[in-house]
Parts: sequence; C-alpha cells; structure tokens
Amino acid sequence: MTEIIDGLIVLFVMAGALLTLISAIGVLRLPDVYTRSHAISKSTTLGMIFILMGTLFYFWLKHDHFNSRLLLAIVFLFLTSPVSAHLISRAAYYSGVRPWEGTVRDDLAERRERITKSAK
Amino acid sequence: MNELILRTVTAVVTFMIILFGIQLFFAGHYYPGGGFIAGLVTAGAIILLLLAFDIKTVRSMIPISYRTLIGIGLLFALGTGLGGLLFDVPFLTHAHGHVMLPLLGDVSLHTAVLFDLGVYLVVVGVTMTIIETIGEDE
Repeated sequence: MTEIIDGLIVLFVMAGALLTLISAIGVLRLPDVYTRSHAISKSTTLGMIFILMGTLFYFWLKHDHFNSRLLLAIVFLFLTSPVSAHLISRAAYYSGVRPWEGTVRDDLAERRERITKSAK
Repeated sequence: MNELILRTVTAVVTFMIILFGIQLFFAGHYYPGGGFIAGLVTAGAIILLLLAFDIKTVRSMIPISYRTLIGIGLLFALGTGLGGLLFDVPFLTHAHGHVMLPLLGDVSLHTAVLFDLGVYLVVVGVTMTIIETIGEDE
C-alpha cells in the first residue's frame, strides 16, 4: 500500500514539474504574446495544481495531516490564473500588440478600431 | 471597458481571501500567522476590490474610515497593556484562562488575541490609508 501511495505522489509531483517545464519552453519557443499566454496559463496552472495535489496527498496519506489550505490554494489557482492570463492578453490587444504574421483572422479588430478612435 | 470577467472572479475570490485572513489571524498563536500577516491579507482583498471597481463603489461597500481604524487598533493594544496594571502586575502582562461561553462551550481565551486584534486593525488601516491617498490623487 505504501508503494502505491509513494508512486501516486511521485507521479503527481513529476507530472506537475514536467508541465511547468513544458510551459517554460513554450514561452521561449512561441512567436507572440497570445500564443505565449496560451502556453503559460493552461500548462502552468495544471502543473501547479498537480504539484499541490502531490503535496496534499503526501501530508494526508503519509503524515495523516489533512491540510485544507492546499485544497483552497488549488481552487484559488484554478480560478485566478486563467483570469490573469485573460486580462494580460486583453491589455496587450487593446494597447496595440500585433499578433503573429501567420494569423488569418481577427474577430475583434472592428471593436479595437472603435475603442482606439473613442480614446482619441 | 467591459470588465465582467474580472468583477465576477473578484466577487468570488475576495471572500476566499478574507476568510483566509481570518484563519491566519486566529491560528497565529499555535501556527504561522498572526495579526500582521492577517491584516496585510485583508488589505490585499480590499485592494483587489479597488482594482476591479472604482474607489467610490468600494467606499460604499465598506463604509469604514481607515484612519479611525488605526486609532481603534492602537487603543486595543494600549488597553490590553494597561489592563495588567489593574491587577497589580507589570505593563503588558497577559492573562489566559478557560471560559464557558453559551454557544461554544469551553473556550480557552488569551488577552494576547486582543493585542493581536489591535495590530490587525492598525495594519489594515495603515495599508488602506496609504493605497487610498495615493489612489485618489487629484
């Protein structure tokens, strides 16, 4: 039984660390703000949640101590980190950061024109 | 500009932050935490409200003068210190004991919590005064 528990904890922590590494590579490799935001928000959120779940299981199953703060932190990260990525991407879009040149459609362009005109 | 997503998430998250602050405040005697960090966390929750809404809306949500809060906090800290003098012990001597409360039963209470409450109120008051005076620069 303890081997299964150890395996579970190792699996969670390693998967989380791997996902965080993948998102860091994504930030280096992807061409513009929006694709980078896509890589970093999803992948790091899941990576952090996996690491925190590994920690939760470690203290719960090995030390018999249920830490509800970690559960709260998981919910908090899950709620806030996509929203922060959304806000950063939106701020980048409305301050005129151009998407990558391979982009084929820009549904918000009309609205951005209107907003930049009203700002002037 | 449309801020629906930010405002909805703020409405959910602010309660979580304030509850975490209260938990930090009451856990301070036995675990990491206490008045200072709890005050900062609570002030952080109010600052998140200030980011999502404007300063007038937040003032109508939380109709507290933060300058008075500093005074009340200092009074709490001074009062727990002076309370020792009434019982012929040195200044800032704290007392503790078990009290039977009507709903909660046997509760162990310590006057250091009141001192901590003073610290909490002063930290919230100072942080919010700084942020608001910088924010409403006209």
